[in-house]
Amino acid sequence: MKSFLAVLTVVATIVVIWYLACIPMNIKGVLDAAERAEEQVMPATAKERRNASALGLVAKNTFAINRVWSVERPRLPAPHQVAQELWKTTVQKKITSKRSLIYHGQVTLSATLLGFVIGTGLGILLAVGIVHSKVMDMSVMPWAIVSQTIPIIALAPMIIVVLYSIGVQGIIPKAIISAYLSFFPVVVGMVKGLRSPDAMQLDLLKTYSASTSQGFWKLRLPSSMPYLFASLKIGIAASLVGAIVGELPTGAVAGLGARLLAGSYYGQTVQIWSALFAAAILAALLVALLGFIERNVLQRMGMSA
Amino acid sequence: MTLVLLAVLAWCAGWWINSRLANSPAAKTRAVQLLVPVIFGVTILVVWELLVRGLEVSLVILPAPTLIAERFASSLPILWQDFAQTFLKGALSGYIMGCGAALLMAVAVDRSDFLRRGLLPVGNFVAALPIVGTAPILVMWFGFDWQSKAAVVVVMVFFPMLVNTVAGLRETSAMQRDLMQTYAASYWQSFFKLRLPAALPFIFNGLKISTTLALVGAIVAEFFGSPTVGMGFRISTSVGQLALDMVWAEILVAALAGSLFYGVIALVEKSLTFWHPSQRR
Repeated sequence: MKSFLAVLTVVATIVVIWYLACIPMNIKGVLDAAERAEEQVMPATAKERRNASALGLVAKNTFAINRVWSVERPRLPAPHQVAQELWKTTVQKKITSKRSLIYHGQVTLSATLLGFVIGTGLGILLAVGIVHSKVMDMSVMPWAIVSQTIPIIALAPMIIVVLYSIGVQGIIPKAIISAYLSFFPVVVGMVKGLRSPDAMQLDLLKTYSASTSQGFWKLRLPSSMPYLFASLKIGIAASLVGAIVGELPTGAVAGLGARLLAGSYYGQTVQIWSALFAAAILAALLVALLGFIERNVLQRMGMSA
Repeated sequence: MTLVLLAVLAWCAGWWINSRLANSPAAKTRAVQLLVPVIFGVTILVVWELLVRGLEVSLVILPAPTLIAERFASSLPILWQDFAQTFLKGALSGYIMGCGAALLMAVAVDRSDFLRRGLLPVGNFVAALPIVGTAPILVMWFGFDWQSKAAVVVVMVFFPMLVNTVAGLRETSAMQRDLMQTYAASYWQSFFKLRLPAALPFIFNGLKISTTLALVGAIVAEFFGSPTVGMGFRISTSVGQLALDMVWAEILVAALAGSLFYGVIALVEKSLTFWHPSQRR
């Protein structure tokens, strides 16, 4: 309860700072509009205002302050503007509409999930191979670890274009980017998990004369679950980033990344912010969903903390 | 066709050598542990080269490693410029500013239990969000040059770093803190002599996570607009010209920069946290 109050305070502080930041960020745009409406503005022309400090402008034109939160194309939209836009583009638009964020979110989500499933599937398979084969462990594992220090997302534009040139487009290229971004965290986490049973437990199974596959299904796999879920949560966040970045070079057709790009082309800041928040909400939902599954699975297996 | 057969042969040979090495009694030595992944990497490069040549894969789909190496060697000045723009100016300055700010913030937050309880969940939440998405906004605010890239990097590294440092500053036990108290140590004395050193493994964990994030942020931010130099710029324009050898050369630069950056941080960590169990051999 005390933590809840603390979180609430922090969030409220952030919102207040956000509202305050809108004043210096948007004041120039507001004053330009006021000048066009032939109102009295302190330095009278845009030219004089260009190099003036934002705070000084605010001090000289206090009448304009209450307008900075309702500019049409603000440099920094106020929280309620973003919330309104989110509401307008999710609830009040038909899902099939090109302007509905749900439509764009679902485009991104489907690529994310497909890629995530492929990436984690392959990652788990490779981890099983690594744990059971010494050669694979020694040859592949160092590269899997090194790959985490490399910004592999730089490959994204190339994958899109290459796949396009051999006739593959749509959801698959984005899913591939999502897949390889979630692949390596899962491999590393899963190897750690499959190795987590200690020597005593492995020896016990040996005294039962359990086969390798029995040892895998009854001991290694169950004890790897906490590690698996930890890396799944990292993996799904990485997948979403991959899908969003994968939408950038296609020239902005559909998806949350496309909304970001289109917004930045046309200076639609409110649209960028709402797409950003939609992506954040999506990420939070996905991670929360995994957390929920994790709690249930671990509880059923008797491992919940 | 012979080339493809050679590729299969090369793969088998590489695998055979590695399995001999891995199952030999020498497998535990450091030399072999380094050699095996190197052989694996070389095998992949050889197979890649032979397959691309044997199947006559078009340059537009996958260039051979030798072509990439050639392009890398012949365009070193361009690559260096891009590296300086994206890494030295964008990523590194953002990394220093972001990590520094997060450190100071963590020290400030640590003094108040209330703030910590509030900030940690928020920080954890934000650290999991797709923050690269702020790139278009920051590019709009700070212009196309490296300042906007540094800003993206600051936003990206701030929260992972903050969360890790705050967690690290909680690492000391009550007993240790009490001991400092009995020495009549002031807040800052016990901070610098006890709590900061105890937090170092966590701080370095955050620093290491942030190295990759910094590069990712700087490169992706360039996809949203950049001057005509920079790694992200070069990648997106070369992809447009279907000059894939250039893209691969640039990815090679990114890979080298990323692993070197990580390596340097890991080395510093090793020398500063030599006492920690994870560093003992």
